[in-house]
Amino acid sequence: MGSTNSTLIKIPNVEELMQETGFSTAHIIRLHDRFKELDKERRGYLCPRDFEAIKGLAINPIGDRIIGAFFSPGRETVDFYTFVRILAHFRPADNSRPKESSSPEPINSRTNKLKFVFQLYDLDKDGKISRIDLLKVLRGMLEMQVTEEQLDSIVDRTIQEADLDGDDAISFEEFRKSLEKVNIDHKMSIRFLR
Amino acid sequence: STSVGFYLWRTVFILCLVNPLMQGLNGEESHHHHKETNITGLQIVKFQWHHVEAPYLVILWVLVAGVAKLSVIELNHHVTSVIPESGMLIIIGFILGGIVWAADMQQTFKLTPTNFFYYLLPQIILDASYFMPNKLFFRNLGSILIYAIVGTCWNAAAVGLSLWGCYEAGAMGHMDIGLLQFLLFGSLISAVDPVAVIAVFEEVHVNEVLFILVFGESLLNDGVTVVLYNVFEAFVTLGGPRINATEIFNGIVSFFVVAFGGSFLGILFAVLLCLLTRRTKNIQIIEAGFIFVVGYLSYLTAEMFSLSAILSITFCGVCCQKYINANMVEKSVTTVRHAMKLLANGSETIIFVFLGITAIDKAIWVWNTGFIILTLIFVFIYRIIGVFFLTWILNKFRLVPIEVIDQVVMSYGGLRGAVAYGLAAMLDEDRIKEKNVMISTTLIVVYFTVILQGISMKPLVQWLKVKRAAHSDLKLVEKLNNRAFDHILAAVEDICGRIGDNWWTRGWNRFEEKYISWLLMKPKARKNRDYLFSIFHKLNLEDAINYVSEGERQGSLAFVRSEQAANIDFKKQFDSEFADMMPDMNYEMGIENISVTSIVKDSIPSVCLDIHGQDRKKSVDDFNAHHLLQQHLYRSRKHHRHKYSRSHFSINQSEDEMQEIFQRTMRSRLESFKSAKMSVNPAKKIKHYRKEQTHMMANGHAKSADYLYEVEAGIENPAFMPDMDTTTQSPPWLTETEMDTVVAPSQRAQRRLPWTPNRLRRLAPMRISNSSTDSFLMADVFITEEEPAQKDQTKM
Repeated sequence: MGSTNSTLIKIPNVEELMQETGFSTAHIIRLHDRFKELDKERRGYLCPRDFEAIKGLAINPIGDRIIGAFFSPGRETVDFYTFVRILAHFRPADNSRPKESSSPEPINSRTNKLKFVFQLYDLDKDGKISRIDLLKVLRGMLEMQVTEEQLDSIVDRTIQEADLDGDDAISFEEFRKSLEKVNIDHKMSIRFLR
Repeated sequence: STSVGFYLWRTVFILCLVNPLMQGLNGEESHHHHKETNITGLQIVKFQWHHVEAPYLVILWVLVAGVAKLSVIELNHHVTSVIPESGMLIIIGFILGGIVWAADMQQTFKLTPTNFFYYLLPQIILDASYFMPNKLFFRNLGSILIYAIVGTCWNAAAVGLSLWGCYEAGAMGHMDIGLLQFLLFGSLISAVDPVAVIAVFEEVHVNEVLFILVFGESLLNDGVTVVLYNVFEAFVTLGGPRINATEIFNGIVSFFVVAFGGSFLGILFAVLLCLLTRRTKNIQIIEAGFIFVVGYLSYLTAEMFSLSAILSITFCGVCCQKYINANMVEKSVTTVRHAMKLLANGSETIIFVFLGITAIDKAIWVWNTGFIILTLIFVFIYRIIGVFFLTWILNKFRLVPIEVIDQVVMSYGGLRGAVAYGLAAMLDEDRIKEKNVMISTTLIVVYFTVILQGISMKPLVQWLKVKRAAHSDLKLVEKLNNRAFDHILAAVEDICGRIGDNWWTRGWNRFEEKYISWLLMKPKARKNRDYLFSIFHKLNLEDAINYVSEGERQGSLAFVRSEQAANIDFKKQFDSEFADMMPDMNYEMGIENISVTSIVKDSIPSVCLDIHGQDRKKSVDDFNAHHLLQQHLYRSRKHHRHKYSRSHFSINQSEDEMQEIFQRTMRSRLESFKSAKMSVNPAKKIKHYRKEQTHMMANGHAKSADYLYEVEAGIENPAFMPDMDTTTQSPPWLTETEMDTVVAPSQRAQRRLPWTPNRLRRLAPMRISNSSTDSFLMADVFITEEEPAQKDQTKM
């Protein structure tokens, strides 16, 4: 379609983006449309307010964290590339793609998906999920009537289960290990992004 | 238990009363006429059985069926965990049939096709379609259609041909039958029955996709069944030699006409219904009746044109639900829902009881072992083959593949029921000499699927699950993460706007909101469509109602006015039974579930009054952290969805969660905003921020790119101006831990309701904005007309 090509031309470095993220042309175009839709003031980038305006996120317990994940530390804006790169995490894994050992792991690999989630939990970015991080996450996901003591006990047990080296925090490896039975690809993939 | 015995005895008693009565009376008919002509004196009281005979019998049987259902429910705890309710009802039908047979030596009460198709089936289908989860249904519509059309055709052809093959091979002895008749039989036995599916799946908790696939298939395959049945019946009449390519072509064309015609007719009636309910502002008492009348009319009209009646009434219900729920007053909505459930329940009970009774009839039984056993085998096997093959194909196109376990359940869940029996009973015995063989076989198949497969369905599902999730005790960290994943996915889906295969959905939504809702919904209802609004409105209503009913229970509302720590916790305690029902379809309809009357009259929600403050501090040691997590994790949008149950429709408890999450999110945003704003021009930012927030509040969708929304209305409440001295006035919800804190209610609340320390913030939900009469305080929408006008602006 003529419009397809013209849209593609408007986005510089599209080829690179497609290569890196594995999205097809159609996907990139749709994401671009969505980006434009969110970017109401047509500035070419998104800021937190644009995300906050999305309906479902306000009633999502970790909606704000996810919004935060789009913005690299210190930055207040998200451009289209970052937008696409973050969303690429949610592509279903391509089992059909030949595994080239030389090329870097695709963004939507299991490890990278887990890394994404890990970063959502690890607010202070020290590479470990400490008690405080976990407390905050849990507090956000639990109903209000859970008291602090109850919350503490849950956090304690959770860390106990996952913590293997006894440092009272969950490192990425421990995190990955604790989730080995979970079908990450299924749980962390968006339908349409195939 | 004694009550069971009591009910059974009552039933038996009634029947024994009735039977000889009717025997005698039928014989006395002639005497009566005779007597009429030579009355000798004035009879003060006459026994006029013949006047009331027909309706009396009907009502009596309805009563009997109801009592039967009661006895089944009484047995609930012991037996029904094994045998599904429908199976129990059939067995009771056997007993009753036996009694009647013993009295009469003939089966005076049977399930006639006319009664079944015209008086018993429509309400079940209407109920099913009215409570159908539309989003789920339409999202899976492609798969459902494939199963319904291709699957049913395959089943019909395979079963018919195999049976014919076996007959030719001599397995069934000698019968006066031909290929076409086998195909006819195949077509009527291949239809998965919606009544049976609902009845069995209701007690088995399967995931929503699986349920909707089986259930949707059972509804939509009627289009195919009707066509096949009519086509083959016509072919049988025509006779073998006269079937040529034209006729076959006609058959195929008739499929399209019947199926699409029926659906289209249903949609037409749905439009009519919505237009009617749009006009019922002044006569609210009858508006609940329209759906039943128009629904039934759609069924009959389709039947009149020999189109698919089930498809017609299905699409009528499916298409109209959203609009009539919006158009009708809350009371009417409740009425409709209760009445639907009542009728559907009643019909289902009667159908199953009569399915049992009909069996006890010597006249119809022609036992052809070969036929029966081969039918059972073929039906079973071809269902499995069909499902697996079609799923294999579908999984190439589906975005979420259907798993093997689900396929097994789907094939096992291909239940046949009363529809098959009705079709068999409608066969013309002159043309089809072996009608009784077919009826007998159909009955056996129905009993087999409903009773045996029904019994084994639950254990099968559990067994399969157990096998798969051998580590069924998920660790805490897994549980937590699973839930987090759900939330993450939901959020990312929202961010992506669900484009891709949902692009059409979005386009359709836009079209629908602009044109269709305009046509079919009351203008007032359209304004109130906003998602978050309605949540808060209904929650406020709920709170107010609970408040009043609790106060009345206490004797007066005075107790809440005291300054002491009278903590009123309005948390609803739900019956634990209700917690694990089948998928709840009502969530789709959103918040209209909660109606004023249901809260007041319903005995289920009870209010926990906690007068002595935080007594509920349990010792942490006692607490199983798992249990806590299980109970209190917010469910993601994906999870708190569909609960379908024939007998219960629960008030959705997820609105509590949503509200909490929402408040929390807003709070944290406000905090981060406040900390961020320090270096920026306060006036400009506040206005902008407030604009954004209230825009989102009032119109929660991020829709068109060109929106403008100026909130200048309302009174500036200095208590909440962020750029004031923040140390003196922190927003009330930040101090949630102090239970005595008074939350200043909105102006409206101050006028009308006394405050209560704790939950009042729910009455004045979002204090983010500086205007206290913001549009999300619903009552004010009607008082201040400027709000809707502004909202209209945003929608332009």
